Amino acid sequence: MIDFLTLTIEAAIKAALMILSLLTGFAYTTLLERRFIARIQQRVGPNRAGPWGLLQPAADGIKVIFKEDIIPNGADKVIFTLAPALTAIPALIILAVVPLGGDVNVFGYRTSLALTSTNVGVLYILAVTSISVYGITLAGWSSANKYAMLGGLRSTAQMISYELAMGLSILAPVMVVGSMSLADIIDAQKNVWLVVYQPIAGLIFIITMYAETNRAPFDLPEAEQELTAGFHTEYSGMKFAAFYMAEYMKMIGVSVIAATLFFGGYRLFGLENLLGGWMGPVILIGKVMLSLLLFVWIRATLPRFRYDRLMDFGWKVLLPIALANAAITAVLVVLDPWWYRLI
Amino acid sequence: MIGYILFGLVALVAIVSAVGMLLSTNAIHAALFLVINLICIALFYLGLNAPFLAMVQITVYAGAIMVLFLFVIMLLGAEQVTLKSQLKWQAPLAIVLAVVMIAATFLLFFNVQASGGLSPLAPISEDPRQTETFGSPYAVGEVLFGAYLLPFEMTGVLLLVAMIGAIILTRNEAGGMRDEQRAASNE
Amino acid sequence: MFEQYYPIAVLVLLATVLSIIVVFLSRIMGPRRPTPKKSAPYESGMSPIGPAVRRLPIKFYLVAVLFILFDIEVIFLLPYATLVRELGVYGLIATGIFVFILTIGLVYEWKKGALDWE
Repeated sequence: MIDFLTLTIEAAIKAALMILSLLTGFAYTTLLERRFIARIQQRVGPNRAGPWGLLQPAADGIKVIFKEDIIPNGADKVIFTLAPALTAIPALIILAVVPLGGDVNVFGYRTSLALTSTNVGVLYILAVTSISVYGITLAGWSSANKYAMLGGLRSTAQMISYELAMGLSILAPVMVVGSMSLADIIDAQKNVWLVVYQPIAGLIFIITMYAETNRAPFDLPEAEQELTAGFHTEYSGMKFAAFYMAEYMKMIGVSVIAATLFFGGYRLFGLENLLGGWMGPVILIGKVMLSLLLFVWIRATLPRFRYDRLMDFGWKVLLPIALANAAITAVLVVLDPWWYRLI
Repeated sequence: MIGYILFGLVALVAIVSAVGMLLSTNAIHAALFLVINLICIALFYLGLNAPFLAMVQITVYAGAIMVLFLFVIMLLGAEQVTLKSQLKWQAPLAIVLAVVMIAATFLLFFNVQASGGLSPLAPISEDPRQTETFGSPYAVGEVLFGAYLLPFEMTGVLLLVAMIGAIILTRNEAGGMRDEQRAASNE
Repeated sequence: MFEQYYPIAVLVLLATVLSIIVVFLSRIMGPRRPTPKKSAPYESGMSPIGPAVRRLPIKFYLVAVLFILFDIEVIFLLPYATLVRELGVYGLIATGIFVFILTIGLVYEWKKGALDWE
């Protein structure tokens, strides 16, 4: 019984910290995006609330909380209310199996900087990703709005199409390492990052990352010119904010997963052992920030795909390449030439 | 002890969601109850020390197949179901079959106990078949590529048949539209 | 087993509680002054025409079916991926046949134009 209590307390603390970090990350990613995109467009960006605009996310949050909560006529009230929550939950739980650092001491209590570790880690990520389409489909359907309906459907079709290429691109590093546990995958990258062994899989994963989070250049579902705001056209107040919260937390989540699978996770040539292991999460945050900057940079640079081109790209380009890459990887792993061994 | 409490909770959610699915008149609500039910089944797999199957259950059933269900419901615009049943004989037949199934379950349950086999209520950790790697992806892979290789390859054929079937079913409309477009571009 | 998955349950619980709070926050804190115009579905300022939920293109159905089939393929390949080294050439041939059968399906779809989005 004592064991159960310790387990609960430890899990609750770690879970709360994970959620808090994601929320903070979400708040400041919005600011980062607005400031960085402003720089690219030779503007200043939000700089009035607090020094360098650092209080801007808080100001936005307070504003949104006091907005009117509108439920349109003909909407399915229960599902209309549940849909934003169903979008946010997968974004909050996707990092449960990812190690965010090595072992550390907290007031003499030794613990690992991961909520949990399991031998089906990769599959857990795929499972949570596959669940995350519901919120968007249901938001579109329950709004009783033509734009929302079509936007929701397009988003869903896009997400499931790119999920295939994503799954196949994860397959390749799993083959090289021979384990689905993310801790094993990170340990295999002590010296050389997996992206060196799997450049194509890495590239495909990064592309599908943008499609799964519905970010530019794959932000079709909310293409303003044709579908207004897509699946969240009818939403207001905190429900509207919940969709953005989910989007930004998903960006952080997939960045962490990309870093873990292809770019060494929290490891950086032994530097992660500094500060009694606390350097690990700092390194990971650095990698995630680079990835977030890339997200913003791409949004500011690339135009949006046309919907038919987007589906063609997913099914006729990414899927066959990912499949071929997985097949070649399997052959290479079996033949085991000296230049393809993990160092 | 905690295991039993958790099992009870999940079982309760599973039953409530199943009943909810049967009773809801809105097809989308029914589909969502089914999603909850499928997730509960995944949790049962987890309780049986089969994490791989649990995750597959969520990915394939709760994730992929239910999305198809939602699409089909939306495709037909069939959200609202009329309460009046078209098939008069369906309800009595369903009740008879349900009673038979419950009876069969109880029979099996008591048979296993009577024959001195492992009680279905015994904690899973006391099962001698349970080892460290039971239900792990490696174990599943070894069985899949060992004893069950032929069924595995057959699954490939099944999937191919399903693929061709789906295309044939949707082809008329899709093909027709393409022909029209081709005609339009030729002019 | 329990120690591995129980923390995930705790996280899911906390995430659910937070999401529910977020979703209801504006309902509690914000004003509520619905008017007929405000509650009408948004159609770029025009009066809404016809029902919002109507029959959809069958294309979405086809995408969902093809997704399931390939998703199952990916799932079947995952346990193989952890065993590539151990199974060696035997595994390559076994999985090769499986993938080949499904690649026939992919080629067939391509040729039949099922992957074209009109």
